[in-house]
Amino acid sequence: MQPPSFDQPHLLGIEPLRPHEITAILDLADDYVVLNRQTEKHSDALSGLTQINMFFENSTRTQASFELAGKRLGADVMNMAMQASSIKKGETLIDTAMTLNAMHPDLLVVRHPHSGAVDLLAQKVNCAVLNAGDGRHEHPTQALLDALTIRRAKGRLHRLNIAICGDIAHSRVARSNLILLGKMENRIRLIGPPTLVPQQFSEFGAEIYDDMREGLKDVDVVMMLRLQKERMDGGFIPSEREYFYRYGLDAEKLALAKPDAIVMHPGPMNRGVEIDGTIADDIKRSVIQEQVEMGVAVRMAAMDLLARNLRAARSGGGR
Amino acid sequence: MTPPITILFHNARLIDPEAGTDEIGALLVRQGRILARPDSGQSHDAILRPHGLTLSDVQMIDCAGKCLAPGIVDIGVKVCEPGERHKESYKSAGLAAAAGGVTTIVTRPDTTPAIDSPETLEFVTRRAQADAPVNVLPMAALTKGRDGREMTEIGFLMDAGAVAFTDCDHVVRDTKVFSRALTYARSCGALVMAHPQEPNLSGGAAATSGKFAALRGLPSVSPMAERMGLDRDIALLEMTGARYHADQITTARALPALERAKANGLDITAGTSIHHLTLNELDVADYRTFFKVKPPLRSEDDRLAVVEAVRTGLIDVISSMHTPQDEESKRLPFEEAAAGAVALETLLPAAMRLYHAGLLDLPTLFRAMALNPARRLGLASGRLAVGAPADLVLFDPDVPLIMDRFQLQSKSKNTPFDTQRMQGRVLATYVAGQAVYRKDL
Repeated sequence: MQPPSFDQPHLLGIEPLRPHEITAILDLADDYVVLNRQTEKHSDALSGLTQINMFFENSTRTQASFELAGKRLGADVMNMAMQASSIKKGETLIDTAMTLNAMHPDLLVVRHPHSGAVDLLAQKVNCAVLNAGDGRHEHPTQALLDALTIRRAKGRLHRLNIAICGDIAHSRVARSNLILLGKMENRIRLIGPPTLVPQQFSEFGAEIYDDMREGLKDVDVVMMLRLQKERMDGGFIPSEREYFYRYGLDAEKLALAKPDAIVMHPGPMNRGVEIDGTIADDIKRSVIQEQVEMGVAVRMAAMDLLARNLRAARSGGGR
Repeated sequence: MTPPITILFHNARLIDPEAGTDEIGALLVRQGRILARPDSGQSHDAILRPHGLTLSDVQMIDCAGKCLAPGIVDIGVKVCEPGERHKESYKSAGLAAAAGGVTTIVTRPDTTPAIDSPETLEFVTRRAQADAPVNVLPMAALTKGRDGREMTEIGFLMDAGAVAFTDCDHVVRDTKVFSRALTYARSCGALVMAHPQEPNLSGGAAATSGKFAALRGLPSVSPMAERMGLDRDIALLEMTGARYHADQITTARALPALERAKANGLDITAGTSIHHLTLNELDVADYRTFFKVKPPLRSEDDRLAVVEAVRTGLIDVISSMHTPQDEESKRLPFEEAAAGAVALETLLPAAMRLYHAGLLDLPTLFRAMALNPARRLGLASGRLAVGAPADLVLFDPDVPLIMDRFQLQSKSKNTPFDTQRMQGRVLATYVAGQAVYRKDL
């Protein structure tokens, strides 16, 4: 057994992770990719553990991915659609957390519309908490699955030129990716209209472009983000058609990137708004389907590592 | 009333904000007022004889070289009566003030319902007189319901004891309504306190814009919104000639506008909060909601600029902006949590941070915490002058302590200084010569 390389009780964000911990998750995820491609996909890594998915915000893809990941590892998985339940009856987040905690879950997967809400919840429960997206703050498993996709497509996860394009301001995916890819020593460009790209991100070492053609020159990876209409409380762009003209990824703009550049999108896509449908479907360039596949593997890896730490802490009387 | 007593405070380190001095001396207090400030070095007998007093007539208080300063006059304290008495009552706020060396609290009208009619004002005045051991001076709303449409009965409210008019953190968005209210207030000689902020730009913000808010994914507002609000208000002052006090100036960018307005002879003063002087945006750390205040904590550059403005006198007043919140309103995700912090009892030790950091001396601090607010409200207190009310605080600026929020007198315990190391403790507080608080020594 190798020395402990992932020393975290929770996965609340990319920010607290050290580069070798990121690598540990990705390495284990690579193994789970192999498992997932077999006909018999079962492992007992989480056998006997209870996983509760608490989604305070709509999600189909992420929730399904976490559910499948848990089931393949043998956990007892329960989904709770929180918008429909007690929150509507006026229960506070902390009361909900305490109630669930009393049911002795081992893994809690939480999505919440407010930044920091998952951190708050993690302080009140005694199990491992995974952030499945909190407000505009972080979405760590998305960044990890993106990293795995890049590493497998490019053969490495360092010294790449990576463009993150679109609605950065409202995107937790962008924040987590910026932090992760920065930690792994890549050059990051943020591309989008200035109303959607906070200029403060230049202080984290990212280069900011408001001209997409300029920004895409010679990049290895193009990450497109969804225009988050539901998070916008005013006019950030004049219209979707002008947005697509200036910031939508089409063949002409993609031609400015490196010839072998890959195209990514966390989904769900707005075709014709941020990405041209033919690019999204171009199997030579688009790795969007791989991202979904990697998502399950990365979540299996993260939950496996957290469960090991949880078991060690409980048996050792440590944390 | 207890019979009038005569007290001689001797061996005191007198903090005189008017003279700007900090020196050992004595203070003779009689019938609630300062009777004399004898030279140090005089014998007790020599001090008392000219006033026809002997040692047996007088209660002697040996201050043991500790600081004796004018009691703090705190503009902008929220007491949650009527409406939310479980958060703070006049009794608990009064005890907190006394324990914090605050001898006059100037209360805010942002209660539920708002204090916007003479009848409500009379209710709170009655409650305050019955329960609070310190002076309580109420402010009233500038517009009915604080909703920025119709001005309140400013004249009647003044007759009922309102010392200033404010909609607190609600900005009067309609400039026509605001200009009329300012014009009418001027005719009554009323002071208007406003919250300089461009309300559309700052709408929905929970943090100040910058690297930290971007990293934490919090909706943020540019510090420029404060300057825009102040610029608008200054333009309206030029139009109307009203008496105006900005409740909290917290950004460097607003300071030049304030300086110009003062140089142009407008009747304008400005305050800031103790939190904006001693904390910055990074203190929010992992979404700690006790650090959520309004306006949000600013950058370190802004903090230092505001401290410097207090030193030069450009910013006149330091307030606690005491805002009690119960646990439920704070135990929420940062964006949803209520803003505000209790501060009556932490104001003085927090201010001592500025003193120990060498940024502000004690006379300057008490100029901003006692003399200037008293002057702005036309009060005789805030001074160590003969004839002034004997509203005094005796404190030790050096004693170290670890703040424990559950030791606070306030009903609400939402202080950002919880568990922090601080220096400075109130030893005794006197209102009109009567001890309203005494630390067990």
